[in-house]
Amino acid sequence: MLRILLKRLVLMPFLILGIVTATFVLAQFTKGNPLISIIGARALDNPDIVAAAKARWGLDKSLPERYLIYVDNLAHGNLGTSFRTKQPVLQDLADRLPATLELVICAMIVGAVTGILLGVISAQFRDTPADHAARLFALLGSCIPMFWLGLLALFVFSVQTHLLPGPGRLDIRSDPPNTVTGFMLIDTLLAGDWDGFVDAVRHLILPSLVLGWSVTGIVARMVRASMLDVLGQDFVTMARAKGAGEGRVLFNHALRNALIPALTILGFTFAYLITGSVLVETIFSWPGIGSYAVDAARSLDYPAITGVTIVGGLGFLIANLLTDIAYAAVDPRMRSAA
Amino acid sequence: MSAHTILAIGPGRRLYSRFANRLSWRSAPVILGAVIILGAIIIAISIPWWSPYDPIALAGRRLQPPSWGHWCGTDALGRDVLVRTLYGTRYSLTIAALVLAAGVSIGSLVGAVAGFIGGLLDSTLMRLADITLSFPPILLAMAIAASLGPGLVHTAIALIIVWWPIYARLMRAQVLNVKGLDHVDAAVVAGALPSRILFKHIVPLCWSPILVNMTMDVGQVILLASGLSFIGLGAQPPTPEWGQMIAEGASSFYSWWIAMGPGLAIFLVSLSFNFLGDGLRDLFDPRSRAST
Repeated sequence: MLRILLKRLVLMPFLILGIVTATFVLAQFTKGNPLISIIGARALDNPDIVAAAKARWGLDKSLPERYLIYVDNLAHGNLGTSFRTKQPVLQDLADRLPATLELVICAMIVGAVTGILLGVISAQFRDTPADHAARLFALLGSCIPMFWLGLLALFVFSVQTHLLPGPGRLDIRSDPPNTVTGFMLIDTLLAGDWDGFVDAVRHLILPSLVLGWSVTGIVARMVRASMLDVLGQDFVTMARAKGAGEGRVLFNHALRNALIPALTILGFTFAYLITGSVLVETIFSWPGIGSYAVDAARSLDYPAITGVTIVGGLGFLIANLLTDIAYAAVDPRMRSAA
Repeated sequence: MSAHTILAIGPGRRLYSRFANRLSWRSAPVILGAVIILGAIIIAISIPWWSPYDPIALAGRRLQPPSWGHWCGTDALGRDVLVRTLYGTRYSLTIAALVLAAGVSIGSLVGAVAGFIGGLLDSTLMRLADITLSFPPILLAMAIAASLGPGLVHTAIALIIVWWPIYARLMRAQVLNVKGLDHVDAAVVAGALPSRILFKHIVPLCWSPILVNMTMDVGQVILLASGLSFIGLGAQPPTPEWGQMIAEGASSFYSWWIAMGPGLAIFLVSLSFNFLGDGLRDLFDPRSRAST
């Protein structure tokens, strides 16, 4: 296992270079004229302004030169400057990352808890109506378009019944707390703002439920399969024979072992949640990386798009690596296997 | 049934009787899925002949809630939502067919050649697939769609680039499995050309997991394509594409019915393909029947 991990680590820089090159090549295929979003369509007639803008943004250099400059900048942590916000892309992303992380983590908790519960129920009551209902519920989550579900949820819970607040992270009339960590839940608590904390929680409920439900199915399917495997094994029969209660057998004996293979899908789930967060953030006006990516794509802001793509790719690589490490950590057999 | 009768009926009938033997209430979802998909295909082909309204022309007063005249209401421009939703099947099914046909062809070819030849070619092609797979799909699709410019064809290209590596990996794994079987050795001994061995003796045995995966992926392609249209990178107005229609519904937020038709349509079609894929998997892989 150590060898596999090392091999992965050695491959990582090449993958990263591949990702970087791929995004650079992509940006060259552009049909739209990025100058429009830099200087505006009206100034395009003025050759002086166009030449100045080209020189300022390095658009007058040759392709290999631009590639080298790009890679060199990246190596120094410089993702370029956004055409739209006129800020360094890295800064923009750092500002918005906590909002996305907060949402994705909450959604992951929702997805994991519902997925594990449904998976256990399905396995325990295999081939009964309870199993079919649990599987159907899990499947629905991955078939309903999130952007539509979010819209419906906002309409029903916010507009019609006023049970939950509308889009955004906090009530627009309230003062946001000082940004310390960027996580609204932590910042409001640090500021001693209890009402703000409750407000932040209430704003998180709908987007995390919508986003979390989309991965319930993946988790439930995996947990069900590995629970079925485990439930047939001798140590489970042994636990039952000792007279352990069914709940104890299921959760303490079986589930603990069944969760190990389920860990492998963590990285995969992450990709799903990133995909979902782009759509859910758009619906819920969530100021995270997803909505940033959408705004960037709509206004042909290439530095921002390539930045988001690179960061997303890196995040995905890291998530997969962490999954491998976690897998090695929980399953002793994996450590020795090469 | 004795071995002789099985041999006598031939492969076509055998597949049919395998289906027929499994007909029970458990196959209800598969049948439901197949019926909905068939219905969607028929609607997509025939809608211009019987549609009561034009999908992009005024059909009544603006923003009318559902009524007998307009079962799903009208949108902000007075167009009939149901008619537009039904027209939407054409775009979604076409894009799914296009993306999967191209993605599966390219992916399987790359995977088959990589797995069969091996060596440097194999590792180069597979690293290329790894790089593509290391992006979250929507970000890659967004970057591609944004560089090419918005539009349905560009969305399709973006999705093909996202999807081919999945099938390259799947096909490669299959080819590696089948490559070691005895009948392949027999073909080698008989002096068959490598291309003949690959395409006549190996690839035909590799299709079933790919077919199952393809069926399951139709829903995912439709979801992602409509998601891209929803954020404005796919189909452009006034195209009656589902994601695009939901975006219109989001901008006339209080008229909930505008997004209802297309949302339900995406959901039903992708659920149906999932049901059908489950059924196909049971059919091809008896082990999955026993364990799941």
